[in-house]
Parts: sequence; C-alpha cells; structure tokens
Amino acid sequence: MKTVFQKPEALTDMPMHYCPGCTHGIIHRLVGEAIDSLAIREQTIGVASVGCSVFAYDYFNCDMQQAAHGRAPAVATGIKRVLPESMVFTYQGDGDLASIGMAEIVHAAARGENITVVFVNNAIYGMTSGQMAPTSLLGQKTATSPRGRTVEEMGYPIKMCELLATLEGPAYLARVSTHDSRHVLQAGKAIKKAFEIQQQKKGFAMVEVLSTCSVNWGMTPVKALGWLEENMIPYYPLGVYRDVTAKEGN
Amino acid sequence: MPRGQVIVNQELCKECSLCVVACPHGVLAIGKAINKKGYHPVEAVAPEKCTGCTMCAVMCPDVVLTIKRKSPERK
Repeated sequence: MKTVFQKPEALTDMPMHYCPGCTHGIIHRLVGEAIDSLAIREQTIGVASVGCSVFAYDYFNCDMQQAAHGRAPAVATGIKRVLPESMVFTYQGDGDLASIGMAEIVHAAARGENITVVFVNNAIYGMTSGQMAPTSLLGQKTATSPRGRTVEEMGYPIKMCELLATLEGPAYLARVSTHDSRHVLQAGKAIKKAFEIQQQKKGFAMVEVLSTCSVNWGMTPVKALGWLEENMIPYYPLGVYRDVTAKEGN
Repeated sequence: MPRGQVIVNQELCKECSLCVVACPHGVLAIGKAINKKGYHPVEAVAPEKCTGCTMCAVMCPDVVLTIKRKSPERK
C-alpha cells in the first residue's frame, strides 16, 4: 500500500491548540500543502497575526514572524522588500484583517505588494470569546450583539474580496470555503495559486477562506459547517474576483 | 482485502466528527477509548469498506489521519 495522504512537511509536529472541529487546522494544512507542492519551504517566511491564529508560528515549519494586531501586511511588505527572493505570506483572521488591520490590507493591496494573504473569515471574534466582527452577518447573535446584528445599530458586514476588487493593485482575489471536502480541495487550489502569483512576481494575492467557529457560534462542529453553507455563502459568494493570469490567457 | 487503509494518530484527535460525516462509506466512528486530552478518538469501525479516497483526512482539522491506498493493478 502506498501512502496517499499524510501531514505536509511544512507543518510541525506540534499539536494545534484550536477547539475541536475548528477549520483553522484545515486551512493551516492547505497552506502547508501549497508550500510543499511548490517546494518553497526553505525560502518561505510567514507572518502570524493576532487572534486564534497567533500561534501559527508554532505550527508552520518555516521561518515565521509575529506582527502587531492587524499589521501583518505591513510587516510582510517590509520582509518582502528586504528579501525579494523570499516567499512571504500572512495568515490573518477577520477581526485582524477587516477591523483593526483594514488600513494595512487596503494599502498593501493598492500598492500591489507582491505578497500572499490568507484571510480566514469566520464572522466572529474567536479568541476573545465571540464578539461581533466586521464580517458578522445581519441577524447573527454574538456576545456583543445578543439580539442579532442590526443595520441601524451596527451597519453592514464588510465583503473584503469585493472591496479590494475595486482597486487596481491586486493580482489575485478569491473566496473559497471549507464546509465540505470538495470545497476544501478547491480552497487548496486557490491557496496554491496565490503562492504561484507571488512566485511569478505578479503582485498582491489574497484568498478569503470562509471558516467556522463552532464554539462561539454555539453549535457542534458538524452543524457549524451546515450553518456556514446556509448563511455565509449567500452573503459571501464564492469565486475568483480578480485573476491577472486569466487575462493573459495562461 | 480493502483498497484503502486509514491510520489514526489517536493522541491528536479532538472528537469533532468531521471525518465521520465526510466518509462516504461509514468507515469511521467515534470510539470508546480516551486519549491524553480527554477526547474519544475516532476509530476505523468498518476498515474493510475503506477505499482510500482521503475525504476524511481532507476534512480533519488536526491532521490526525494518514491514508494508504493500494495502487491499482495494471493489466
């Protein structure tokens, strides 16, 4: 018998601290598989954000840096400009990227900075125990919107892919999901593509991965996948929002 | 002889059941044993049905599962 699936080399043996069924683990593995398949582990530098994924530096088996809250794209910009031959990625949640880090991500995208951003959107602040995030859905109950998010009080959730797609800078923008194995495989392809874009020096690439937070959503991991499919995908449609390589026909 | 084999790293499993639901052949189920973290790790209860499709491992958030598959015989 041949081994057809095992832990990628780009992940360490450290057991992950994430809650049972947290899709962060799946997304970590997809990033690891992308790094392995492109054979870029030795030249990759990751930037961990603040949030549940702050310990990403323990889990990725490559050089890692930890950025202040929301500043991962700025730190990645510095690393990439000083070490242009390195492959630089950031791994950020929605609280980090779409809230406190909004300025950094928008300007990194507008500059067309040649980095890869993995954006994990689970529509809630996970680490701080379930407060409303900029991406929380209308009507969604969280610790700070106990009667559900309302437009009058809290405004509309932010669609990051659509927002960044209005800029000229980004080379690749895609939204993928992790609610079943087929979509996880598609997410893996998108993440690999985002690294290839950087390898080809095309510019800024971001993959938004819809994710679950079963503990703070208050449901089992399996039910959380169903909730993601039924509620998040209608508001955050999956697809490719920008792909400069498609225009060139390769 | 089954076509595939699923190997469980019991100490990493957190009993989330995502693999149990993902398996199209009902190979996996939550077991009775308890690991160091206090979870009941998943077990291959019907290993003879495994085809080595890797769908369980694709959904596992903690890279608990390793999959082996018999390479197809060439005629």
